[in-house]
Amino acid sequence: MEINLSVNGSQVARDVTPMTTLSDFLREHLSLTGTHIGCDTSSCGACTVTMDGKAVKSCTVLAVQANGSEIITIEGLSENGSLHPVQEAFKEHHGLQCGFCTPGMVMTAVDILQNNPNPTEQEIRHGLEGNFCRCTGYHNIVKSVQHAAQSLNA
Amino acid sequence: MTTNYIGQPVKRKEDNRFLTGKGRYTDDIKLPGMAFAAFARSPYAHAKINSIDTSQAANAPGVLAVYTGSDECGNFGVPCGWLVHFKNGEPMKEPPHPLLAVGKARHVGENVAVVIAESLQEARDAAELIEVDYEELSVVTDPRQAVQEGAPLVHDDAPNNTVYDWEIGNPKEEVDAAMDGAHHITKLDFKNQRLAPNAIEPRSYIADYDVNADKYTLYTSTQNPHLIRLLMCAFVLGIPEHKVRVVSYDVGGGFGSKIYHYTEEALLTWASKKIGRPIKWTSDRTEAFYTDAHGRDYCTTAEMGFDADGKILALRVHSEANLGAYLSTFSTCCPTYLHGTLAQGCYTTPLINIDITAAFTNTNPVDAYRGAGRPEMTYILEHLMDTAALEMGIDPAELRFKNFIPPFDGVNQEGYQTQVALQYDSGNYEGTLRRALEMVNYENFRQEQAAARENGKLLGIGFSTYIEGCGIAPSAVVGSLGARAGLYEVGHVRVQPTGKVSVFTGSHSHGQGHETAFAQFVADHLGISMDDVEIHHGDTDQVAFGMGTYGSRSLAVGGSAIVKSLDKIIEKGAKIAAHKLEAAEGDLEFANGQYTVKGTDKSIAFGDVALTAYVPHDYPEGLEPGLDFSSFYDPANFTYPFGAHICVVEVDQDTGKVDIRRFIAVDDVGNVINPMIVDGQIHGGVVQGLGQALLEGVSYDENGQMITGSYMDYAMPRADDVPFIETDRTVTPCPHNPLGVKGAGEAGAIGATPALVNAVMDAIAHIGIRDIQMPLTPERVWRAMQA
Repeated sequence: MEINLSVNGSQVARDVTPMTTLSDFLREHLSLTGTHIGCDTSSCGACTVTMDGKAVKSCTVLAVQANGSEIITIEGLSENGSLHPVQEAFKEHHGLQCGFCTPGMVMTAVDILQNNPNPTEQEIRHGLEGNFCRCTGYHNIVKSVQHAAQSLNA
Repeated sequence: MTTNYIGQPVKRKEDNRFLTGKGRYTDDIKLPGMAFAAFARSPYAHAKINSIDTSQAANAPGVLAVYTGSDECGNFGVPCGWLVHFKNGEPMKEPPHPLLAVGKARHVGENVAVVIAESLQEARDAAELIEVDYEELSVVTDPRQAVQEGAPLVHDDAPNNTVYDWEIGNPKEEVDAAMDGAHHITKLDFKNQRLAPNAIEPRSYIADYDVNADKYTLYTSTQNPHLIRLLMCAFVLGIPEHKVRVVSYDVGGGFGSKIYHYTEEALLTWASKKIGRPIKWTSDRTEAFYTDAHGRDYCTTAEMGFDADGKILALRVHSEANLGAYLSTFSTCCPTYLHGTLAQGCYTTPLINIDITAAFTNTNPVDAYRGAGRPEMTYILEHLMDTAALEMGIDPAELRFKNFIPPFDGVNQEGYQTQVALQYDSGNYEGTLRRALEMVNYENFRQEQAAARENGKLLGIGFSTYIEGCGIAPSAVVGSLGARAGLYEVGHVRVQPTGKVSVFTGSHSHGQGHETAFAQFVADHLGISMDDVEIHHGDTDQVAFGMGTYGSRSLAVGGSAIVKSLDKIIEKGAKIAAHKLEAAEGDLEFANGQYTVKGTDKSIAFGDVALTAYVPHDYPEGLEPGLDFSSFYDPANFTYPFGAHICVVEVDQDTGKVDIRRFIAVDDVGNVINPMIVDGQIHGGVVQGLGQALLEGVSYDENGQMITGSYMDYAMPRADDVPFIETDRTVTPCPHNPLGVKGAGEAGAIGATPALVNAVMDAIAHIGIRDIQMPLTPERVWRAMQA
């Protein structure tokens, strides 16, 4: 099936099988390997991207469902070579260690802050609930999101 | 230049690539002509394989090859890396661990056949067409049941499923006699439950055989690429090591589960030559639950005897440790040399006897998991301590102060000789507890707790003062204890002609930030900018050799190897500088990136010395050109980090839900190169420890089926399960390595678990409950409160 969609601002058209997931489409068809796959039950959130401005777990969206939509992946977040404020905050506050959950965490954090520019600690923790991190204990991820909120509001 | 990187929270060099989606994990790699593997796995925990019919699979679309244990690969097996002996001196039982099951399958998920096809989907579809005639056998999954007479036998040549029995410490009769004379004995049964390490990156391998060069490349998500190469070449496939390159670029967490040389690594490498194509296999999460090495799984009975003043008189521990269906690379040393040897804890206990029986069962192999034996022992000691305090009516902090080994720095005072073989390097155990008590404001807490209880709120506080042994060494000692490898590390420093520095380390980062922390001390040693230092790891063709990263060894062992090479560089540079400055070498000093003739302003910059070394026109006679040294560092001893963790919880009386109100971690990991990274390691370790206490546990049903085989069923901490972790440090340098560092990777996971369990017990102590087995789910706590 032919699909047409926008990925990180570029129009792409590809032929995919109906069972191709969005995460496989991004990784295998477009070589956007920043979107990671950490589970098969939509539980870990490593594959999170935004679809028409909303965070989705791309392992449970079929590529054909993304037809006509606008997808932003971790590769499309920074502009002109400078990090997005959320990426910047993760770097500044050591919000990542092995880096594997990081793309999904960052995309989820972007979504949290879009919907709620001034979240409390508990709101951040609740918002990150769909994303596993096994390295950081979430401490510095939550701090990173708090600081990203400040810099986005500044 | 004057540099001061050591001790600074320098932002990580590696972060930009991870934050922009440019990490290089194994599954991100695509090779031309790459084929894909999928496995047929045993659906039974224990079953005889009568026959395997692969004909349909072999004829399925896209299939390139199908292999079973009847093929050549069935003759190859992966080895165990540590030989432990029975008490009677006989070697442990070490049955073969074939790459694909031969004759019978011994746990659910064991690889029975592999299909290699043009696409992943074709490989998976064909794997489902493999027909296996299984004959189900009786199953045993519990280690205590496994060693009973008459239990189903996992391996015919391991009677009573016993891998080994093993003992350390003082003679049992002496310990028994001391127990008999004790004023009070605290006795508990423990279950250090089985955990799934669950690195978020699933295991992934690509094997690529190049027929023209007769050379293999294995891309693998491992913590120790050289060790994989050594094991696979010398002990599994019998292929020449110089014809094999093992590469692990970025690895998405390991926590011990990626030490193990897995069967799939060797199988794909072998098959790649067979079919003449690169082959990729990436585990999905279900496969990860069924095939990754698990951690913990000990059944223990432990007793601590005290005199009337609360001084510990003796400790007696008996455990059955579950090693699973096969021996993983380091499983055998976890319940012994990484566990029994830590039974002294921070205390002056004069008599200790530790008795371990290791068992085969119809479960996943177990291997090192963050702490590897030490969290299990710490849980035993620290849970006994708080329970004893409660039973004897002594404050748990006070009980510890009564029993701590007094401070010793390993320089002015000797190291502390334990009853269980080890000699601690340096420690100040009361120092970390005093600081933690200040942070929690202990006196106020007890008042708050009493007031809350009046209002029906159950607050509790729990303590854990742990010690651990890291950077396990030296090679000669571990060799005498059964290790089949040395435990040194290699550090290679290549100064480029322009004075820029490339460092090649045999240790490996899978999140620990080597590219930053290692560059910090290298830059400080040479007085150059960190931007002029690049750290390389994870490629056996680049790095001379190495033992990899586990046991919190990277900085203590790997860092020290680099320091040895830096010393050689500075020494050789001095000869070049002396020649250029027309001074005696002994009159020079090296500081801030300059060689200076003492007491003069005559100096030469490090970069100029480097250039001279590579353009040796005006050069000392007889001196080799170049500035490039590699060193092996074999430590004199383990390092012994320690700390005090305090947890404050509130238990919901109606639901049994445990809310972690505060977690305080005061750790002493020796000198600190990058406090930001050390804090991050502590946070992550603590939350894994809290995961064991509160949420996690692999469960098998009576048929040996894992009933926690997905993230829907296995509960791991999420962001809203835990609070911010309050950290602080004391610094007691390691006296025997050049950086004075001890290691921080496992501390959190070792200290945290008992602190939380003790806090819950403290919260509900007034009801008369002494113990609840982990994980302390709301249901378990609620049921205990109803009893």
